[in-house]
Amino acid sequence: MSTVNLPVLKAADFASDQDVRWCPGCGDYSILAQMKKVLPELGIPPEQMVFVSGIGCSSRFPYYMNTYGVHSIHGRAPAVATGLKVTRPDLKVWVITGDGDALSIGGNHFVHLLRRNVNLNIILFNNRIYGLTKGQYSPTSPEGQVTKSTPMGAIDHPLNPMLLALGAEATFVARSIDAHVKHLAATLKRAAEHKGTAFVEVYQNCNVFNDGAWNYAADRATRDDNVIELEHGKPLIFGKERDKGIRLVGTKIEVVKLGNGISESDLLVHDEQGDLIHSFLLARMRRAEFPEPIGVFRDIQSPTFDDQMNDQIKLAKQKRGPGDLNQLFRSGDTWQVA
Amino acid sequence: MSTDVASLEQSSKPVQYVSGVTVRLAGDSGDGMQLLGTQLTNTSALLGNDIATFPDFPAEIRAPRGTRAGVSGFQVQFASHEVFTPGDVVDALIAMNPAALVTNLADLRKGGLLIVNEDNFEDKDLKLANLKTSPLEEPAMENYRLVRVPMNKLTMEAVKELGLSVKEADRCKNFFAMGMVFWLYGRSMEPTLRFIRDKFSKTPDIQKANEKALLAGWAFGETTETLGASYRVEPASLTPGLYRNMMGNQALAWGLMTAAQLSGKQLFYGSYPITPASDILHELSRFKNFGVYTFQAEDEIAAVCSAIGAAYGGSMGVTTSSGPGIALKAEAMGLALMLELPMIIIDVQRGGPSTGLPTKTEQADLLQVLFGRNGESPLPVIAARSPADCFDTAIEAWRIASRLMMPVVILSDGYIANGAEPWLIPDVNQMEKIQIQHPDGSDAANFKPYRRDDMLARPWAIPGTPGLMHRVGGIEKEDVTGNISYDPENHQHMVRTREQKVANVAKMIPPATVLGPESGDLLVVSWGGTYGACMTAVKQAQEMGLSVAHLHLRHLNPFPSNLGHVLKQYRKVLIPELNMGQLRMLIRAKYLVDAIGYNKVKGKPFSVVELVEQISNVCKTA
Repeated sequence: MSTVNLPVLKAADFASDQDVRWCPGCGDYSILAQMKKVLPELGIPPEQMVFVSGIGCSSRFPYYMNTYGVHSIHGRAPAVATGLKVTRPDLKVWVITGDGDALSIGGNHFVHLLRRNVNLNIILFNNRIYGLTKGQYSPTSPEGQVTKSTPMGAIDHPLNPMLLALGAEATFVARSIDAHVKHLAATLKRAAEHKGTAFVEVYQNCNVFNDGAWNYAADRATRDDNVIELEHGKPLIFGKERDKGIRLVGTKIEVVKLGNGISESDLLVHDEQGDLIHSFLLARMRRAEFPEPIGVFRDIQSPTFDDQMNDQIKLAKQKRGPGDLNQLFRSGDTWQVA
Repeated sequence: MSTDVASLEQSSKPVQYVSGVTVRLAGDSGDGMQLLGTQLTNTSALLGNDIATFPDFPAEIRAPRGTRAGVSGFQVQFASHEVFTPGDVVDALIAMNPAALVTNLADLRKGGLLIVNEDNFEDKDLKLANLKTSPLEEPAMENYRLVRVPMNKLTMEAVKELGLSVKEADRCKNFFAMGMVFWLYGRSMEPTLRFIRDKFSKTPDIQKANEKALLAGWAFGETTETLGASYRVEPASLTPGLYRNMMGNQALAWGLMTAAQLSGKQLFYGSYPITPASDILHELSRFKNFGVYTFQAEDEIAAVCSAIGAAYGGSMGVTTSSGPGIALKAEAMGLALMLELPMIIIDVQRGGPSTGLPTKTEQADLLQVLFGRNGESPLPVIAARSPADCFDTAIEAWRIASRLMMPVVILSDGYIANGAEPWLIPDVNQMEKIQIQHPDGSDAANFKPYRRDDMLARPWAIPGTPGLMHRVGGIEKEDVTGNISYDPENHQHMVRTREQKVANVAKMIPPATVLGPESGDLLVVSWGGTYGACMTAVKQAQEMGLSVAHLHLRHLNPFPSNLGHVLKQYRKVLIPELNMGQLRMLIRAKYLVDAIGYNKVKGKPFSVVELVEQISNVCKTA
């Protein structure tokens, strides 16, 4: 796709004429705003973009974008997007999903999308609750969470989306936070630039049914002590005073305080292309034992599903010539009736 | 080689000419009966006979050896006249073991030829088949022309110089049996020799052994005193032209590829393996050089959804399955209907409910594809009637889907999917093109994604087109704009619009026509794979002097516009179905006609005999 001679696009060019119908104060607004901010920077015209979603609050997203879009059915957006992307590799495809959509009803499609490495972006709005159905617990709700459907507390162990994505050997795995708008915009941009399936989990606040679920990570007051911003090639340091770090001891990681003989050189250095084990260690860092990493956990290059499918078709045409139906029909055993 | 074979194939024994023969080959599921049947079919087709086949095999890949559950059969009728069924009664049964004999003997006609592999009738074989004594010793055998052939020993003898293992040598015996059958019906061995050379080119010893076994089987037929004469079936007088043998699933695959080419579309096929539809996936996967995208999805739902995504992108999206998979696809089929995108959903029906009878045939998904979705969700449904007809059905489905911008369902079934018949090869260049237009954005200011044309179809605007960005989804939409709408009047309007759009298909399809008198005592109405049996039965009943006509329905939704009128020209209407009366229920509800059902759910097709009997009985009371 050519980017030459394109008019300069602005965020407003990506806004559709539809009224946004999320609850006032919903974290989704922030993600929508950052998406509209990032898209003009990609140099891709809106008609080359398609947003595909499933069902849930987040999945209304495509209606608010002045691009092409499909609001599909619960959990199935990755499958719709796969069929679209392999046949139309020229398009920039985004999948918008939520914790229930991607990890519960659509869990199967989610892992298969990632392991195939289809060249598209999937943004998971994780609010740890079912919002559109008014407040049941979700697969990412913490154990013990009291909701309409768990009056005595949730007893399921929550799914960790990052571990699941890494288990499927996703080639791009990142995390950001709705309220951390600069970080969110930068992360969406990194995802857009990745070739292959780019998965981003966004901590998103549902202010009606699960308000404050991510406060520890989103609030300016507590963020620095509870979150660690990953930077490729840099040691893992966090804390308001940037005085704490993560050290690798054997196969385990631990939080250490800098000073008293511990220096930056003792800390684990982030490597986006590191062994999968490195990414797994980061994904295992959960509150309250650890600060939770945000940023790009893993970013590696691997052949994409859509490229390989189209390459096979090209190769078959080269080797056997473009198909000729009349010739096919007359190949093998035939007989003439006079 | 060919000259050698030709001279070898001269028989010095007497030859009897017959107009048609039905042969059934039955053995263990690992014995290669399906291979033998396919070779006999192809060879008979090449000789110019009309053919119809019925493969019948267990769901287990290798059920316990020698047991009744493990019996695999293949029936073929080849004739010098037109045939529409694989035959009711068997003229010759080849039984490779006792289990195959006892499970198939009932279909062998009195005086029919029964060839058995007597080496497999030892005590241990009888035990496996749950038999205390050998059926070969029973007085009932006098009803048949029993020929005992020590096939294991003769095959071993034929291949011994190649030094194969006992197991390898034993596996050649189906080719020995094949050679014998080929001698019996004067079939040329040349195509099978070609097949062996091709198939076993990487294992020269096995190749040689199979060739030797085949020739030995032929030689045995020629020399044994237990087989007196051989039979000949002259070529049938089919419509002139070039023919090939065609199976139903293959015809669907080729039809889809042809439809894609006629419409200038890229074919995207999303599927999940399921019996008896998987062969369509295998077949299409071979043709990447035709630009065919095949996607083996993670499940049935992903398969249909991927086809929807491809359709949104402007491709010809197709998904296939059988009953259980169609149940899983139901929600997504509703989405496609709501998005008003063209695509094809194929249901190769099998015995149900649930897992049911995976390898057996049934027509019990009609109501599922018509009504098995939430809400008011009508879809056009077309049913193929025979293996070769699947080709035309696929093309017609795409013609309708792309014209009216909606999913179309094709019903096939296990019987026609695996059955074969001669196919008159068309010239693709002479076939009518399928015109599809996408708005190009030149009139973007006036573009509305749900503005409709005279047939109520909306425009197919595809991503990448400047100025036509729009969103589609499963939530009810305002007509014309396509924006989300919960307005009560709009919902009723949209439900009626989608219903009318399906009804508009009737403008694209031919009126119903009958075979036989335009009025009379009885009209037999059939649909799908029972066409051949019903048509043959009606013809026989007409020859018996009965006042009966046949109407075969290809379009199940909508029905042809004159159907109600036609039904009322007969005193009685009989609807034979391989279900409990699904079409009958629709006909009764829609036309208030007191149709009579003849219903069978045994996993088997109708026999002509049983239908003629039903027709006679109903005519008596007309």
